[in-house]
Formats: sequence, C-alpha cells, structure tokens
Amino acid sequence: MKSLSRLLAIIRKEVRQLRRDRLTFGMIVGIPVIQMLLFGYAINTDVRNLRTAIADQANTHLSRQFVAELRETQVVDIIEFVDTPAALDKRLRLGEISIGVVIPHDFDRRVLDPERPAVQLLVDGSDPTISSVAIQLRNMPIAFDTGTSAPRNHNIEIRPNYNPERRTPVNVIPGLMGIILTLTMMMFTAVAIVRERERGNLELLINTPVSSAELMIGKVIPYIVIGMIQLALILVVGDLLFQVPMRGSVLDLYLASGAFIAANLALGLVISTIAKTQFQAMQMTIFMLMPSILLSGFVFPFAGMPRFAQLLGEILPVTHFIRLTRGIMLREAGLMELYPELVALGLFTLVAMTAAAVRFTKRLD
Amino acid sequence: MINDYAIEASGLSKHFGDLKAVSKLDLKVPRGKIYGFLGPNGSGKSTTIRMLCGLLTPTEGTANVLGTAIPGSARELKPRIGYMTQKFSLFGDMTVVENLQFIAEIYSVPKKDRRTRIDELLGKYDLVGQRRQLAGTMSGGQKQRLALACAVLHHPELLLLDEPTSAVDPQSRRDFWANLFRLAEGGTTIMVSTHYMDEAERCHRLAILDRGIKVADGTPQELQASTGMHIVEVTADDPYQAQEALDCDEHIRSVTQLGMRLRVLIPEQFSQPVGLVQQHLDEHGVTADVRLTTASLEDVFVSVTMSPEERAA
Repeated sequence: MKSLSRLLAIIRKEVRQLRRDRLTFGMIVGIPVIQMLLFGYAINTDVRNLRTAIADQANTHLSRQFVAELRETQVVDIIEFVDTPAALDKRLRLGEISIGVVIPHDFDRRVLDPERPAVQLLVDGSDPTISSVAIQLRNMPIAFDTGTSAPRNHNIEIRPNYNPERRTPVNVIPGLMGIILTLTMMMFTAVAIVRERERGNLELLINTPVSSAELMIGKVIPYIVIGMIQLALILVVGDLLFQVPMRGSVLDLYLASGAFIAANLALGLVISTIAKTQFQAMQMTIFMLMPSILLSGFVFPFAGMPRFAQLLGEILPVTHFIRLTRGIMLREAGLMELYPELVALGLFTLVAMTAAAVRFTKRLD
Repeated sequence: MINDYAIEASGLSKHFGDLKAVSKLDLKVPRGKIYGFLGPNGSGKSTTIRMLCGLLTPTEGTANVLGTAIPGSARELKPRIGYMTQKFSLFGDMTVVENLQFIAEIYSVPKKDRRTRIDELLGKYDLVGQRRQLAGTMSGGQKQRLALACAVLHHPELLLLDEPTSAVDPQSRRDFWANLFRLAEGGTTIMVSTHYMDEAERCHRLAILDRGIKVADGTPQELQASTGMHIVEVTADDPYQAQEALDCDEHIRSVTQLGMRLRVLIPEQFSQPVGLVQQHLDEHGVTADVRLTTASLEDVFVSVTMSPEERAA
C-alpha cells in the first residue's frame, strides 16, 4: 500500500515536471508528426521524373514513337536531346542527368533482332535506386505500328501483392513507427534518469524509503503512456495523410507495441546506468538509433543484407517490431501467428532489465 | 533497546581504489545533540555521512545507526533519518509546495496530516511567501531552508547534514543554526559536517577529520583545553616582520596572522613560551605586545591537522 502510494507520487512528480518542460512536451507530439511528414513525403523508392537526355541517332518514326512511350512512363523526365553518346557521358558525369538513352542508327533493325539490344541506357550507377529503375526500363516493350511486338526477353510483369500501387508511405510508416518509438522511448528514459543523477535528485531519493524498483517503474510508466499516445498519433496521421491501411486488429498492434516499448525502456534504463551526463546518454541513444534505422529492414530490405548485418539486425528490437507492424497492418496477420517476433522482444526486455537492475543497485555505491 | 548513542561506529573505513577516503573511524554520537564534523575538503566528511545512511558500503568496520547495523539493510533506517545533501537536490522545476508534497508522499505522511505539516514547515522556515515559487529560482538561503524543511518533514530521529551552509550568506547561516538548535531541543540528533570554525564551535560535540583520519574528538571546550600547545598572541605594528623573526625557531610549530595579531603555537613541554617569543622579537628589533592566551578552535584545528613531520619537528 505504501509502496503503491510512493509509486504514484513518483509518477505524479514525473508528469508534473514533464508538463513544465515545454520542449520535451512538444517533442512528444512533434517528433512523430514531423518525422512522418518528412519521411512519408520524402522517402520515395518509387522513383519518377529522373532527368534524362536522349541521343537519337536513328531519328526514325519508330525511334520517335519509342521516345514518346518512354516519356509516358513518367519515370523519366526528358530534358534534352543531344547528338552523340559522348555528350550523354559528359552530362552524366556532371550530374546534370541521371539517365542517358542512346538510340543507335540501326534502331529499327535491332528491334527485330533478339540477339542485339535495341537501345543503350547510360545510368548514373552511383545511386542504387536509379540503377534498379533502369533495370525496369529495360523491360519496356517496343512495338511497331503494325502491332508486332518486339521479342520480350526479360519482360517480367511485376505485380506487388500488398501494396499494388507501390506507394512508399505504406511501407515506410509501419517501419517509421518503430523508429520513432525507439528514439523517444530510449532517449526519454535514459535522459530522465541521468538528469536526476546530474542534478543530485537521485542522491536525495535513494535516501528516502523509495526502493529502486519503485523509482524505476515510477519513472518509466509515464513514458509508456506517452509511447501509446505517439502510436495513436502515428496511426491517425498515417491514415489521414497517407491512407496507410490498417488491415489487422488495432488491439494486436497495441499489444505488439507494448512489448516493443518495454524493450526500449529497458534499453533506456541500461543506458541511464552507464551514462554519467545527459550528453553521454544522448550519444548512446544515437549510437543505438543508427543501426536501428539501417539494419532493421526499415530502409534496406532485410533479405538483401549480408549475414553479419542480419545477425546484428536480429538483436535490435526494432527489427522484430517492424516485422510485427508490417504483418499486422499490411498483411492482416494475427499477433499469435507472429509469435517468434514477440518472443524475441520479450527475451530482449528480460536481458536488458536484468542488466539494468544489476547495474542500478551497483550505482548506489 | 534504548541506547544513549544514536550512532556508534568502530573501525569504519572506505577505500576508493588506492584512495583511503576514511580510515578506521571510531565515532559515538549522543542522542539529542548536535555533533559536528570538522575538516577541510576531501577529508572524508561526506563519505562518512554517506556510509552512515547506507548510501555507501564500508570497506571495513561496522556501525550502529539508531539500532540498525551497518553494513546491512538500511531500508528500515530510511524513514527514521533525514538527509540533506551538499548540493541542492530538490526539484528545481517544481514549486516549494509541490516539493514538500512530494516528500510527504514519499515518506507516507498520512493524507489528513500533510497539509497541516506543510503549512507548519512553511511558517517555521519562513517560506510562506515562496510557496508557489519554482524551487530552482530561489536564493541560496531559501533553497537551504526548503532542503531542511524537506529533510525534517517526516520527523526523523537523526538528521544528517552534509555541509548545509556552504552556499549561503552569514545571516542565513545564523538563522539556520537557530533552527538546528530548536530541532535538537526537540530531541533530534543532528550530525553536521562543516569547514567553518564558528559553526564547529556551536556543536555540542565535535570530531575533526584530516585526510580520512579522526584526529580529535570531544566538546569544543575539551578540545580547546587539550591542544598540548601554548598559544601566544603577538600584537605588533609590523606583523610581517614579527612573523619573519619567529619563523626561524624550530620550537615554534605554527604562526598564523590574524590582522595585526599573530597566533603562535608552541608545545606545552616548553616552559617559557612568552620568554622565547619575546627573545626572538627583541633579537630582530620588533616591538610587540606578547601575552599568553587560550586556544581557539582554529588553534585546535591547526595543531591537530599538522602533518606528523611537522609535529615531530
């Protein structure tokens, strides 16, 4: 009973301080909304309007028709016609264009010859996304007026199952949810505790009847609530602005988020026992955040990463959470079907909590 | 079990790696008294206080604080002690009343008594006008009064104060000590560390710490009576020249200048202290008034914190 009232006292204090800290309070709402707007609109793997120049050396009816069709795809934005392939090379090198199209003199004959490529694409290979777009362009059919199709050597029709319009926000936002929660949960907990140590509050508190457990739990609960609010905010913004579908159950999503938030708070606690200053706590948060963005499957497909990177990724809670959110939101999977991810999150929380508890009691000395 | 001592420690030591912060400290703090801990910075005062409230585990030795054994579970001890840290450690972004409320909740003060107790403390520690002020924006003296109010809110039997007056002006210091005496009269045992002589002089009993070792222990009067030194006061027109005249004699342990006066410490076994001093001054042609006086606490402090080489010289 006394323990509960002490716990409530700490929660009340934490909320009171949070309300006064305008900046942090603003960040609770600001981080998810601004990040979603930025990432939702800016991250776009469905590339369009690549600046393109064309060297049409054939200049036949057929080649002009090809150029028109190329323009219709909207993938390329034809900004210039040049005379020679060398001119294309130069523009590529200067970064003026991303793609150069060479239509050779014998274009009409080449179209009929399955052994020889009809068109050559010069691609700015320094950007992997552009290269992959170019591969798609390769499969574009080229047809004569008569309706005779050219041989379709590599023409594979792509039909994405869960995101048929191939809108990036649909893929990005379930992942972004994980990144935003990682950032705020880990950082807020770590900083909240380190700040009290820095200001000397902790020395006072550990001399009162408050136990370490009451102190830790009391400090963490307000942030769990904040995490849940952020989650709601992300779902609403995702639905209103980006029409991200919610195919599975919201309850499942919240349960999965609960497990994920617990893992991040535990990590935040571990950081708080190591860092001596708020600045160090921030550094450690960012140290954890970078792999969370890059190795979790949020930005790059998990399957495409080398084995070593995959193993690192598997350690990160956000990897498992992104699988959960994509599963629940986009593929209508049930929480129990995805249980291995839950087990992974639970295991992580257990290990981190143990480490934090061991280190926290040591820190009193 | 009623014990005359609130704190009894024997052989208490704390080492941080090679640094011996506190070495083999024996301590007896009587109940209901103000017990002072005098020593320069880094002499082990804070470390000792932290060991006594269970914040640090002693490397060696044991203590009995209000019947609770240290080292051991300090948990049942916490509600019975009040602790005031050296640095202001309340919440700067909460108001005075909010801080007091929080502390009251933490110590499980019954809800019906909370308001009365907080109002009582606000009045007693002159914080009524600041009740809605954020603690972080208050003056040093106000912060210190709030810290004391929070430390005594739950009526602790033992109050541990770690250099409570290091950040406040002389008037606030006087008021603060008046408050401490009031608490001691009410039966609270107070252990207070300080590096101010005038504060040490006000304590009922006193221990002097030097580099982690207790070098003296007793009432201020006892300590002043047992320095083992003659205190010779020299009043000279040119105290600097007088000091030079006295510095050359190996029997003279210490010469401290206080304005126009010098305080000269000479071991007790030397029978003619005034004659010795007068002789040196005459030799150097310094005219001065020389007379024997009683030891102040500062003289005690100087004589006990001398290094062994200085003492043996």
